[in-house]
Amino acid sequence: MSDQERTLTFHILRYNPQIKGDTPTMKRYEIKEAPGMTIFIALNEIREKHDTSIQFDFICRAGICGSCAMIINGQPDLACRTLTSKFPEGEIKLLPLPGFELIGDLSVNTGKFMRQMSERVESWIHDQNAENVDLCKLEERMDPDTADEIYELERCVECGCCVSACATKRMREGFLSAVGFMRLARYALDPRDKRSDEEFYEIMGDDDGVFGCMTLLGCQDYCPKDLPHQTQIAYLRRRMALVK
Amino acid sequence: MKVIYTDSLVIGGGLAGLRIAIASRQRGYDTIVLSLMPAKRSHSAAAQGGMQASLGASIKGEGDNEEVHFEDTVKGSDWGCDQDVARMFVNTAPKAIRQLTAWGVPWSRVRKGDRQVVINGKKVTITEKGEAHGLITSRDFGGTKKWRTCFTSDGTGHTMLYAMDNKAIELGIPVHERKEAIALIHEDGVCYGAVVRDLVTGELTAYVAKATTIATGGYGRLYAVTTNAVISEGIGTAIALETGVATLGNMEAVQFHPTAIVPVGILTTEGCRGDGGLLLDKEGYRFMPDYEPDKKELASRDVVSRRMTEHMRKGKGVSSRYGDHLWLDITLLGKEHINKNLREVKEICEYFLGIDPVKEYIPVRPTQHYSMGGVRTKATGESPNLKGLFSAGEAACWDMHGFNRLGGNSVAETVVAGMIVGEYVADHCASTTLNINTVLIEKFVRREENKIFKLLNREAGENPFELRKEMQDIMMDKVGIFRNGDDLAQAVEELKKLNQRAKNIALKNRISTSNPELVEAIRVPKMIKLAQCVAYGAMLRTESRGAHAREDFPERNDKDWLKRTLTTWNSEDADLPEVTYEELDIMKMEMPPGSRGYGVDNTVHHPDTEKRVAGIEEIKTAHPDADRFEMQELLNPIEIPEKFRGKNERTGRGFK
Repeated sequence: MSDQERTLTFHILRYNPQIKGDTPTMKRYEIKEAPGMTIFIALNEIREKHDTSIQFDFICRAGICGSCAMIINGQPDLACRTLTSKFPEGEIKLLPLPGFELIGDLSVNTGKFMRQMSERVESWIHDQNAENVDLCKLEERMDPDTADEIYELERCVECGCCVSACATKRMREGFLSAVGFMRLARYALDPRDKRSDEEFYEIMGDDDGVFGCMTLLGCQDYCPKDLPHQTQIAYLRRRMALVK
Repeated sequence: MKVIYTDSLVIGGGLAGLRIAIASRQRGYDTIVLSLMPAKRSHSAAAQGGMQASLGASIKGEGDNEEVHFEDTVKGSDWGCDQDVARMFVNTAPKAIRQLTAWGVPWSRVRKGDRQVVINGKKVTITEKGEAHGLITSRDFGGTKKWRTCFTSDGTGHTMLYAMDNKAIELGIPVHERKEAIALIHEDGVCYGAVVRDLVTGELTAYVAKATTIATGGYGRLYAVTTNAVISEGIGTAIALETGVATLGNMEAVQFHPTAIVPVGILTTEGCRGDGGLLLDKEGYRFMPDYEPDKKELASRDVVSRRMTEHMRKGKGVSSRYGDHLWLDITLLGKEHINKNLREVKEICEYFLGIDPVKEYIPVRPTQHYSMGGVRTKATGESPNLKGLFSAGEAACWDMHGFNRLGGNSVAETVVAGMIVGEYVADHCASTTLNINTVLIEKFVRREENKIFKLLNREAGENPFELRKEMQDIMMDKVGIFRNGDDLAQAVEELKKLNQRAKNIALKNRISTSNPELVEAIRVPKMIKLAQCVAYGAMLRTESRGAHAREDFPERNDKDWLKRTLTTWNSEDADLPEVTYEELDIMKMEMPPGSRGYGVDNTVHHPDTEKRVAGIEEIKTAHPDADRFEMQELLNPIEIPEKFRGKNERTGRGFK
């Protein structure tokens, strides 16, 4: 952390679809850098001191909730845990995450996309007996390694970086994307989920599913949680290819 | 005027809110959840460390049961909790965790055989039993007798929230995102729903419901530095206060967590110390055993936070440009353990501090963390004053935490209260018919419209961001870990002035649609009122209990202060809340007041304590053959919804 103050220049896409006639423009803001400053801190300062209308989303500001993904100097990442000191030139260009409906400025509607994804992959344990479990009795046992492996795949925070970094998604509007594959891989691994491979095939066995992936692996490159997208997509593809 | 009717309206999409929505939906009632953001982004996700439930599967949890969990919880609360509620909670927690298991949480499991752990700074080998293999395991946390905190690596809250939201999606429960409830609709002591603002379009909609549940989390953002998410602003609690009818409970009970990183205040989990991490001072000296020879780093949070502050006041803190701090040392846990069980901590250290906790110490200090206070409810979760208004989770003062919450009891509360209160919400939906005059709905919507109209049309006035900052600084400086009468009196006066100024906010950006400045202008006056409740309640409470530590009144005073603070805001023109008190009846306590076994014991006892202790002895003597269940029935009979009443099974001991 340097004690020397420098001036940071932000270039931010501004557009509010709620205002009739508004058009997208890039606006420039200058602020003094502080030690340990993150883009979260910087954007709040811009809002409070320079332009109260600027829209962006932060919740946890600790890199765990996935709200604040945006394009930072050309690359998707979580803004809250990106230190401004990472940019030696002091120039930071911020754009909203592509692939999602724009709410305004840097705020996008990941919620709608993720809910639809969850509904599409039926992101829950499928077990007819789950609701009849006797809660007084010992829980069903699980191999400790299996539990750890499931957690590894469940660390996704639905930030949307993988979707924005996906070339296939750009070409195919209905493409499920890595976030959906990761969710399916998580349930396919879980012994509590009784779905058969045939049933999983119905969800992802087409070009909008795992066979449409061009394997450019932007998802793998930009996942802020370093999830194993490459391995899981390959695994699902092989497993689905064996169906029927 | 847009009106949406439903049976069960839930404000807040975190663990507690979603669980209540699931209960209403499963009982067949139309249910809507309102959320500021996608539900999976709620602050519940931030709970890293774990959930307490007395499963006792791990060898270090052996012998655990509801009684031990109850005792820890009551001691943790410094006898400020409602013991009926604490009982309902501990008895139901094992069922809640087992239900979440069926719903998909990948809890970390017991692995049979030897494993190495760090206890009291030393490596120790413990041996897990073969019969426990594959059951849910647990780790050590502060203020607990047994290793009771169940976890998923260090992403417990995340996995619980994902399982819960996925269950809600399975049930087709609509979550209306980017909606903020800004006022409750009520008349003659009955709540009928809320006026809700769309954060994108700015449109106001009346959501009219039989049952309205506030599950909006805590009010950590009243403080300048907090571990809480930016949305933990207490707005749900504030709209209950603004009814002038609903009461808030124990607002001055605010918890400071010992280990948030400096300067940004992001939490490192209690699991760090539970797993063997140590607190060190500027000389690298482990100071906690000097203060707390028994529990050391693992006394309750209020105690550890105070001891750390005391130690820094002795000049033993590490100075930095952000003020003094201490070190959290987890290097002794080893790389493998940190990478697996404390990975979020590692990521936080790397990204925000640029350090590797496998090799380096983490700079930490006590930081605002949890709100024990909130919307006062009965054991059913319903407001005692406003029918049809329910609350659960951190937003509520259901009151199982009293004046200090134990680590691992917060996410546990969200899901247990969600289960229990959820049934009572459904019962309420079953027994009530919605009978409301649309004139009433219109009155409330117009009132909010007018407020917003004024905000948008005022030419000059106060800056909402500056008001917030001033409030946060007052709370930080004068209503913090250690409190005293002079500072608190000043805080009360200064907040009064802020409250007046908050009536004169003017905006630079005067549009009614998506406008973060307008959102701020709507929230800040509400937050200031809550801050006033905290500061005023703290000023009036001339004792120290749990997290409320008065330098000028250091003793816990059961004789005069074994009571719950209740706060109301009687009129829009008031500049202070109205404060009354609700006595806690020792003669009904299953566990009469005593020593916590950590911290300083300087209690001024209540005359009833001795009587109750003798009374309990008599009951025990009269029933020599009573087992622990029968004894609890004699000492503390409680109501739990029928479906959650059964005894809990544990490995090696069955249902005993």
